[in-house]
Amino acid sequence: MSSTPLVKLSNVNFTYGSRPILTGINLEIPRGKVVAIMGSSGCGKTTTLRLIGGQLKPSSGEVRVADQVVHDLDADGLYRLRRRMGMLFQFGALFTDMSVYDNVAFQMREHTDLPETLIHDLVLMKLNAVGLRGAHALMPSELSGGMARRVALARAVALDPMLMMYDEPFAGLDPISLSVIGELIRKLNDALGASSIVVTHDVQESLKIVDYVYFVSEGKIVAEGTAEEIKKSRTPYVHQFVWGEADGPVPFHYPAKTYREQIVDRAVRRG
Amino acid sequence: MANRFAQALTSLGEKVTSRIWRLGFAARFLFMTLVYSGTALRRFQLTIREIYFSGVQSLIIIMVSGLFVGMVLGLQGYDTLQRYGSSEALGILVALSLVRELGPVVAALLFASRAGSAITAEIGLMKATEQLSAMEMMAVNPIARVVAPRFWAGVISMPMLAALFSAMGIFGGYLVGVQLIGVDEGSFWSQMQATVDFREDIINGVIKSFVFGIIISWIAVFEGYDSEPTAEGVSGATTRTVVTSSLAILAADFILTALMFRGF
Repeated sequence: MSSTPLVKLSNVNFTYGSRPILTGINLEIPRGKVVAIMGSSGCGKTTTLRLIGGQLKPSSGEVRVADQVVHDLDADGLYRLRRRMGMLFQFGALFTDMSVYDNVAFQMREHTDLPETLIHDLVLMKLNAVGLRGAHALMPSELSGGMARRVALARAVALDPMLMMYDEPFAGLDPISLSVIGELIRKLNDALGASSIVVTHDVQESLKIVDYVYFVSEGKIVAEGTAEEIKKSRTPYVHQFVWGEADGPVPFHYPAKTYREQIVDRAVRRG
Repeated sequence: MANRFAQALTSLGEKVTSRIWRLGFAARFLFMTLVYSGTALRRFQLTIREIYFSGVQSLIIIMVSGLFVGMVLGLQGYDTLQRYGSSEALGILVALSLVRELGPVVAALLFASRAGSAITAEIGLMKATEQLSAMEMMAVNPIARVVAPRFWAGVISMPMLAALFSAMGIFGGYLVGVQLIGVDEGSFWSQMQATVDFREDIINGVIKSFVFGIIISWIAVFEGYDSEPTAEGVSGATTRTVVTSSLAILAADFILTALMFRGF
């Protein structure tokens, strides 16, 4: 196995118009590891994932996946690379007009010439891996949130990708589903020999399963380390985030005028 | 005062340039749809499936509307023609009105409301629920897999629906004119057969409905693909599909009729 990281972001900057979203991001995803990118909502985590998947291009810097510069690839090259990637979207993004079976079979039918009998066996194996072989005939509207996420996971690993990307995989799940998804992420990564990136703000669940963590705040990496190092971190932002403190570097109050300006002075002006 | 005028002018300029930009984007989108139509035509079952949803499921509204429009034409036509003692020409009036104008235009307006809005809402919701992004991440081009089959389904369905509308309308005219009022059945059919010209009337009607099919399908898939990925965005896009399609159909009908009358 190559020792070079599977994914490498070097000094990546990204702006929407004139608004900077990511500034000087440097990160590496080693082969075979599960790496989390954490941070509060809107800090640039999902943008990082989209840059790695080639859905966005960086304003400057370089995004490399499997020794290829993603943003330099043409459409065919990008699609060839994406066939070796899997992505789990926040709410599953299952195709609502297809059954669970057809959702998982989708990529196999699109990208391979496998006979339908073999696709049948492969689909049931993938569904078995997420514990939903018995739900193959259901439609997405008949699934709970946790089940939909597991079906989406089975679909994402349909072609045994080298890189799995998870966008908020734990959002909106009950504790049991949350734990099931967490375990599946780890087990599937190890079974497939893949590398995984988990974008999340669910600290406790993700620290149980990941090998390394990057903390992003306001578009910059502010801390990194193993799960144990992150738990012991004294960095104020990381400490507030890991222990869920209401106030700290991320303030409780949205920026506003002072009480005096907004209430007292206004009352005086009104007479 | 001058400042306000400058502001109004700036706002107007922004609106105009944004409309032109969007029109350019729509034209580029149509070009990409045509370029990526290979999948829709090679794996024709994808297009057949969409023909079922947009074409077959529009049959009821098209056929019932055609029947009633034909019945009304029968009544109104008879009322006018009998004043000039030429009520036996009712067949001609009903058939020409339908195959030349009402068939393509009314069927297109109904198709835009029934199928065009559904296509926009479906693609818009696929975008809002990240299904299109998921498809892209699976290295499947959504324009080839989702947009092109729906576009071609609309283009193929429209002329057939317009023909059915006209056929049902003629049947409605026959029911009212011949069966209800008592116009001579022989003259109703024979005069229609003798007067309606295949090239001038029927083919021109088919050309119109084909053009309307392109217009509706283009607007419907574009509005869905370009919609804001929110409930409000999808609702706005659906409304725009119906309004823009209806206006575009009527404008195109005028242009096509003018060209056809001049014998182009």
